[in-house]
Amino acid sequence: MTKAFVSIAIICLLWTVALRIFPIPPYLLPSPLSVMRALHAHWHLILINTGVTIVEMLAGWFIGIIAGCLLALTLQFFQPLRRCILPLLIASQALPVFTVAPLFVIWLGYGIATHVTITALMLFFPVTHAFYDGLQQTPHTLQTYAASCHAKKWRYFWHIRAPAALPAFASGLRIATAIAPMGAIISEWVGASGGLGFLLLSANATLQIDLMFAELLVLVTMTLTFYFTVDRVLKKCIFW
Amino acid sequence: MQVAPTIIIENLSFSFENTLIFNNLNLTLPAGQWTCLLGTSGVGKSTLLQCLAGLQPCRGIRCTDGLPLASRIAWLPQTDTLLPWATALENALLGIKLQRNVSQSDRKHAHDLFAEMQLSHATQLYPAALSGGMRQRVALIRTLLQDQPVILMDEPFAAVDAITRHTLQAIAHRYLQGKTVVFVTHDPAEAVRLGDEIYVLDSKHRQPQKIATPASATPRNLADGQSAMTIDAMFAALQNVAST
Repeated sequence: MTKAFVSIAIICLLWTVALRIFPIPPYLLPSPLSVMRALHAHWHLILINTGVTIVEMLAGWFIGIIAGCLLALTLQFFQPLRRCILPLLIASQALPVFTVAPLFVIWLGYGIATHVTITALMLFFPVTHAFYDGLQQTPHTLQTYAASCHAKKWRYFWHIRAPAALPAFASGLRIATAIAPMGAIISEWVGASGGLGFLLLSANATLQIDLMFAELLVLVTMTLTFYFTVDRVLKKCIFW
Repeated sequence: MQVAPTIIIENLSFSFENTLIFNNLNLTLPAGQWTCLLGTSGVGKSTLLQCLAGLQPCRGIRCTDGLPLASRIAWLPQTDTLLPWATALENALLGIKLQRNVSQSDRKHAHDLFAEMQLSHATQLYPAALSGGMRQRVALIRTLLQDQPVILMDEPFAAVDAITRHTLQAIAHRYLQGKTVVFVTHDPAEAVRLGDEIYVLDSKHRQPQKIATPASATPRNLADGQSAMTIDAMFAALQNVAST
């Protein structure tokens, strides 16, 4: 995390130096200092809208993970359904989210339900794919050992197959965590009355470029904090 | 404890992916004794254990007591197969947990075995924190806790150093008294030390060659002349099956 913040500081430094060398007007690229000024001037507005995005992101993340796990388990345990479900899952990722998002607005309205659904839709697939992959790759030696014990199916799943799949699940979860803020922002672009995505569009429409950059800075900080927190928890809990 | 059965292998034929592994194999594994199986790599030693464990579909294996064999075995493979996410104690109880709920007496028995094998300090450690010898002792405790009359061991001590192997051999011999043990090994000295009966399997589908064992009781002292002669005989048999 510290390294990430150091990287951001270095980028800001290079950015400032570049602006001094090349004459780029501030309405195209504001200086880091004016971005910080905008952040200070609009902190209350940014804070409230960041809170909205965080709620949408966390709810979408949570629901996406639950849905991802349930789908992976369905693929694992209901073999006949696999041929039906798998193409649907892949199709859900083939469609650009912008093309289906308006449908969710029609179905669910402009409220939080649409944003949470779009966020969950964007991130469930990496979880499903990674967890299902993990469930398929139980080490052969453990499979043989369980078979020699005449292990009961559910006990084998609980004690061996599921824990053995957790490192792969964690990889999917990390990807989902990295894209969850983006999912929330995109969902707000489709139609919202609050949130960082909404604020970005508003700032863009009024050519408040420094405010846009301030919001992007908050978004990046939020994403990094969320990702590294989840990563740390995963490393502690899934240590094998 | 269940009574250990004699296992009869009669006209066992088995192919894997169109390759004939066994052709009318006949072998008797006496009750309550250690039978050591040697042979060159790929001869089918581990496959024979899998057949005995019921992991491969084959006919020609029965017990003299008429009861099914597959449900009465405990397996100790070469790799310890400890679960990296479970403590040593939970790993030792895995064989039970895959079958039924663990009782208080199971836990007490496990703690007793850990104490007897001088591993009391390691019950809450994860496998990554254990040495190779400790891991195999935990695997051995797991095998013992399954309390089966037939033990199938597939080169269980191949991955540990010589001193640890010697210690583990003595521990295994002590705790597996009275059980029918089928022990696959590449090491003639290990076979002589532990085997009541020793067979060399043949890759040309001839019947296994029985090696005469010394009259002394197991675990044998390898320094005596008879043991050395048996090791020589085994090397000769192994070279013979490898060259013909």
